[in-house]
Amino acid sequence: MALPTQPWTPDDDAPSARVVRPYTLTGGRTAPKVELPVEATLRREHGGSPDPTDANLSRILEVCDKRSVAEVSAHVHMPIGVVRVLLGDLIEQGHVRVQATLTADSSQDERRELIERTLRGLRTL
Amino acid sequence: MDYARSSAQRSAASTKIVVAGGFGVGKTTLVGSVSEIMPLRTEALVTNESEGVDDLAAVPTKATTTVAMDFGRITLAEDLVLYLFGTPGQRRFWFMWDDLCLGAIGAIVLVDTDRLDEAFSPLDYFESKGLPFIVAVNQFDNAARYPLEEVRAALAIPEHVPMIDIDARDRESCKRALIRITEYSLEQLTASVAVH
Repeated sequence: MALPTQPWTPDDDAPSARVVRPYTLTGGRTAPKVELPVEATLRREHGGSPDPTDANLSRILEVCDKRSVAEVSAHVHMPIGVVRVLLGDLIEQGHVRVQATLTADSSQDERRELIERTLRGLRTL
Repeated sequence: MDYARSSAQRSAASTKIVVAGGFGVGKTTLVGSVSEIMPLRTEALVTNESEGVDDLAAVPTKATTTVAMDFGRITLAEDLVLYLFGTPGQRRFWFMWDDLCLGAIGAIVLVDTDRLDEAFSPLDYFESKGLPFIVAVNQFDNAARYPLEEVRAALAIPEHVPMIDIDARDRESCKRALIRITEYSLEQLTASVAVH
């Protein structure tokens, strides 16, 4: 049931304004149901509820695995805020899981552990 | 098993560093030099119609406007991805910085010595938010070169903030900048723990 992957040109001059108001895609909702930092990565969960029939949700589900919220936004050509709301729906429906990031509530130890892992990774690049 | 799973979920799978600076200073070049993918472009909605949007091309004021943000990705380990977000430095884009900077390791303020004034806004912002940042002076081929300490004085950058020269086109140079901000962020964390 894999959908064809959308061709994507990074240098494509995306329009800076749209005639259609973007939040019509979300039924006017602007607040996502879960906290989704731009760098949060997503995992597609299989075997849950039936795949969504909504075309925009399907597009997002198709590209989201192992990618961040920002990458999904770029790949489906939807603004970050819109993608957050739609991803929130997919997470609530059990199709997608969001992986951990630092948050405002993260402890000093969690922050230190992440920075040290980042430093180790950068030094071995 | 459940314990192991919840513990693994708490360890962050991704993180980010913000690259801020004026238009044309080389943010996307820097991101592209170290990213494992071609820089991608995403958009955030500009919600405040009263803000000036003169650089965002002719957009009727009542239409929804967006601001573009280029970003790249570096896989650092099997379980860790670093994202680099380039963001315009002007004050009118601050609305999206709170979101972008929350949970970030730190920021690199990219400076063009021909347009030093464009650095003031990001410097003010990161100082006010307490986000660790370093200043990287991009060495353009045709730009006049100034010693880093002169740039520090001109921008009134505090002594403790690291300053480096950078060639945004050069992968090794950009890697050094990423290592420097990450080291500095760790130093700041250690310093803040020592104080408390």
